[in-house]
Amino acid sequence: MSPTPEPLPTLPASVRLFPLGDAAVVLEFGTSISPKTHCAIQAVRGYLTQQPFAGLRELVPAFTTLTLYYDPWQLSDNGRYPPYERVAALLRQLLPAALATAVSTEATLVEIPVCYGGAFGPDLAVVATHTGLSSEEVVARHSAPEYLVHLIGFAPGFPYLGGIDARLATPRRTQPRPLVPAGAVGIAGAQTGIYSLPTPGGWQLIGRTPLRLFNPEWPQPSRLQAGQHLRFVPISEAEFQQLQRHES
Amino acid sequence: MSLSILRPGLLTTVQDLGRFGYQQDGIIVSGTMDARALRVANLLVGNAENAAGVEITLLGPKIRFEADLLIALTGAHLSPTLDGRPVGQHRPVWVAAGTELAFGAPVAGSRAYLAVAGGVAVAPVLGSRSTYLRAGFGGLHGRALRSGDVIPCGAPTPVGRKLIAALATTAASQSWAQAAWTPGPALRPTPQPNPTIRAVAGPEYGEFMPETQCAFWTQPFTVTPEADRMGYRLQGLGLVRQTKGEMLSSAVTFGTVQVPAGGQPIVLMADHQTTGGYPRIAQVISADFSALAQVRLGQQLWFQEVSLYEAQALYLAQERALRALRRGIATVFGS
Repeated sequence: MSPTPEPLPTLPASVRLFPLGDAAVVLEFGTSISPKTHCAIQAVRGYLTQQPFAGLRELVPAFTTLTLYYDPWQLSDNGRYPPYERVAALLRQLLPAALATAVSTEATLVEIPVCYGGAFGPDLAVVATHTGLSSEEVVARHSAPEYLVHLIGFAPGFPYLGGIDARLATPRRTQPRPLVPAGAVGIAGAQTGIYSLPTPGGWQLIGRTPLRLFNPEWPQPSRLQAGQHLRFVPISEAEFQQLQRHES
Repeated sequence: MSLSILRPGLLTTVQDLGRFGYQQDGIIVSGTMDARALRVANLLVGNAENAAGVEITLLGPKIRFEADLLIALTGAHLSPTLDGRPVGQHRPVWVAAGTELAFGAPVAGSRAYLAVAGGVAVAPVLGSRSTYLRAGFGGLHGRALRSGDVIPCGAPTPVGRKLIAALATTAASQSWAQAAWTPGPALRPTPQPNPTIRAVAGPEYGEFMPETQCAFWTQPFTVTPEADRMGYRLQGLGLVRQTKGEMLSSAVTFGTVQVPAGGQPIVLMADHQTTGGYPRIAQVISADFSALAQVRLGQQLWFQEVSLYEAQALYLAQERALRALRRGIATVFGS
């Protein structure tokens, strides 16, 4: 402890810090989805994963925010200080270094094999009709981009993906299906995603992957992680069956 | 050492304080709805506060103890009996093998907790024994308990063994014996109907109309039948945002009060999803999670605004009370 405490660094202008109740704090790095915001989130997330402070419970990245859950008792130093002030001061102190952390630009590219159409993609024709494209074009445009995994949320292993071809945007079904199988690949508005658990759902289903996205027995239970890049690779039904046998 | 489920009750699950560290994988925290009640129950039987116990909802199960065990019951008052005789809550109770625990009329609150010395010893998944019902893992086979289930228990701690020794001798020829002491009133509150729940303003509080902000803190909300471990749908005066536009999904947590487009709020509970895209008008303070967990369907609740500073002071006060209880038990029954 130095006798004259140094003034705290001010937050970079683009960063907002605010509480989410009495045991979490949110860092907001922007107000819209952008590569710059995403890199800032990944940099600070990487830094705090490598060098967590005492009392940090877990980190939840999202589109423009990184939420930190903390243990107020630990941050209070056994009840002596107001925890939020201490966690906020700590973050102000470490943010400049954390933001300067290099994020690997060669993010991992994960390939997700998908059998499009037929029984696996019962709504492929709906998307084709709505967009005025042929089914083949829908598949080509869906499997062309390198998507960015912005966050895993909604359900275990469920990725929110950025980078969809705007032409593919199709509204949700008016009647959600009572049960969508795990692995189903769907479109809802200008979003695409993969169902990771069998759940009710209203997305337009265009295909299915034989890969499991989530397994509580894996050390990292979600196959995908925020910050990764993803590409859908069209496969045949025979390949689907083969890969599925391999998965189980 | 084990417990046999003779009748399952309404919704009886194995829970500890939750599964932390995997929300970035989309895996929810789960865990007890009333964490303070489980922590107290665990302390009363000499366990670590995070040991797994049994969460009991409104209509209790019937359970037979298959070995001599030390137990404690906390949380809601659901008229518990042992071999047909009423048993006290909030105290250690020694039970002989073969004793049966049953519940009667729900007198106060919604969720009761049963702790056993040594803890419920199902295999942990991702560092926790909590049951994640929707994903089907954790707890016992990832599901609510059923008739015929046998729940394994661990070995009591040294403190647990001393508590057992002290009580077993007082049982004489009876099948069970309870301690005469309980923790102080702060750690065993009787759940109140229609409670006032304290909250801090949420991140999107400023996006709501001034009249809505005022109404939120002054109008009652009714807990609708759509209320479960994931969250409570509330019904009250419609809450109106002054800004339009979709929000980008961000983290939500236990006690987050989010407002979908219809204007009726949802308060998220233990099985809350990890992220959500609805504006967050308020965040219930941790010290009132227990009161919130004990609210019943059809009851009303009021939100009362407190500052973050107050919220954390109340949090720390609750932690001090729990630490004092732990120290007290260790002083009397420690080695």
